Amino acid sequence: MAAGDFLSGVELISPLEFAKAKIEAVQEYSLLAARSVANLFKKPVYWGDIVQQADLIGVGSLPIVVLTGFSIGGSLALNSANTLQRFGSLSLIGQLVAVGMVTELGPIITGLMVSGRNASGMASELGSMIVTEQIDAMRALGTDPTKKLVTPRVASTVFMLFFLTIISDACGLAGGAAVSTLMFGVDWHQYWNSTWQTLVFRDVFTGLIKPVLFGFIISTIGCYYGISARGGTQGVGRATTQAVVASSIVIIVIDFFVTRLIMTVFGYH
Amino acid sequence: MAATPTSVDSAVRREGKPADPIVIFENVSIEFEGKTVLDGISFQLARGASKAIFGVAGAGKSTILKLALGLLKPDAGTIYVLGEQVTAMKEDDLFELRRKIGIVFQESALFDSLTVRDNVAFRLMEEGKISEEEIDKRVREVLSFVELDHTMDKLPSELSGGMRRRVAIARAIITQPEILLYDSPTGGLDPVTSTTIIELIVKQRDVYKTSSLLVSHRLQDAFIMATHYFDRKSNRMQPLPPGSRAEVPMSFVVLREGKVIFDGDAHELARTKDEYIREYIS
Repeated sequence: MAAGDFLSGVELISPLEFAKAKIEAVQEYSLLAARSVANLFKKPVYWGDIVQQADLIGVGSLPIVVLTGFSIGGSLALNSANTLQRFGSLSLIGQLVAVGMVTELGPIITGLMVSGRNASGMASELGSMIVTEQIDAMRALGTDPTKKLVTPRVASTVFMLFFLTIISDACGLAGGAAVSTLMFGVDWHQYWNSTWQTLVFRDVFTGLIKPVLFGFIISTIGCYYGISARGGTQGVGRATTQAVVASSIVIIVIDFFVTRLIMTVFGYH
Repeated sequence: MAATPTSVDSAVRREGKPADPIVIFENVSIEFEGKTVLDGISFQLARGASKAIFGVAGAGKSTILKLALGLLKPDAGTIYVLGEQVTAMKEDDLFELRRKIGIVFQESALFDSLTVRDNVAFRLMEEGKISEEEIDKRVREVLSFVELDHTMDKLPSELSGGMRRRVAIARAIITQPEILLYDSPTGGLDPVTSTTIIELIVKQRDVYKTSSLLVSHRLQDAFIMATHYFDRKSNRMQPLPPGSRAEVPMSFVVLREGKVIFDGDAHELARTKDEYIREYIS
């Protein structure tokens, strides 16, 4: 098959057009994200929808967050124990698990889990509504879809991810405790005492500011890809995949910069 | 603002003179991805009148309805609806205006996660000033108008295509809007169901004197509208007596390649010498 035949069905766009499309997408996303927050201060606020979404996102995600949190905490303890044993510092295992879970792994793992479950759900739900003209119908009936659909999802994801992360952290510490005491014979009280002593305000602050940002990222990206879906069921499928991939990548990248920023603010090197 | 509850036997008194244009399109153009869909079209819809818009698939018929509602912005031209310049309004202001307009979408566009009752009551629930008892009463009344009062608790997926279209009509008329926009209301339906839908549209026109824009590629639907009236005594659509067609405020617009090539009544349409239109209506 000649190269010409191979490329005959491919639509090539100029780099300029490509760049314009990407900048336009960023602009549309930024406007949607800003409106989703501004809507909280404009009537009507759909409290009923916020509570319903909080139930779907928060309570619905609880089992996976508990399970992954416990497993990650256990794995962290398992891997750390080998290294610490070589230096005879197994008693430090509680400190290592606590700092690792609370500042980094708890928020990241919870964010990625909720992203996989809910960014995809939001994109597919809103995408289906777009392709079946339900969003147009809502606008035609005099209701702002960003107020009715986007703002409740953003508010409830931010709120619930905060508490899900706390639960994940607690489960991670419990997982670490189970591995440390049952497999490596670390004293239960020593483990929890060192955990408690290690955590300082900066660690807790870092661990709790991240889920707020991650919740905002997950919900706004999920809603943006849903509302931008075009091209029928195939377009909805594409939007769903893109929402999960984009929100996961942004969470991981933003995590690095937030960590660095907080370290700078607290003068920690 | 809560609308007054109405019944089939109580026609709504509309404000304004009958001949006042309620929708005005002036040199409206729009293109999608470099393709011109509407190219400087102009027409008016008089208060209390109905206008059917025809054209082949992709002629921009549905686009006209979305432009009238402000769901799309034209590239050029001006649109007035109910005296407001839609083309110059912000989205927040458009939500207010849209509450005075009802639309029936081509594929009904019912909210698939809500029951028929909640779909029909959507506007009333959004207004938030009406009691649940009053909402139920109004929903029953309007569902009875479209003869679907037994479907209150069903989901849209449990209804046939024709029933979904009738629920969409019920949702559009529950607040007795001043204008109704119908986007291919009979598209994809069998002839019997199509006639039922057209009868409902005629009923709405003659009982409530609602102005309407109807988009269709089925010429027979509009001809039925132009040659029939709704008889409130028999509660059925009846053919107009011979010689009384001018009493039905019904006109036609035909689109071709983004331009309006005909704007007139049924009599003028039947007498046109334009080859394209003659072929279209034959």
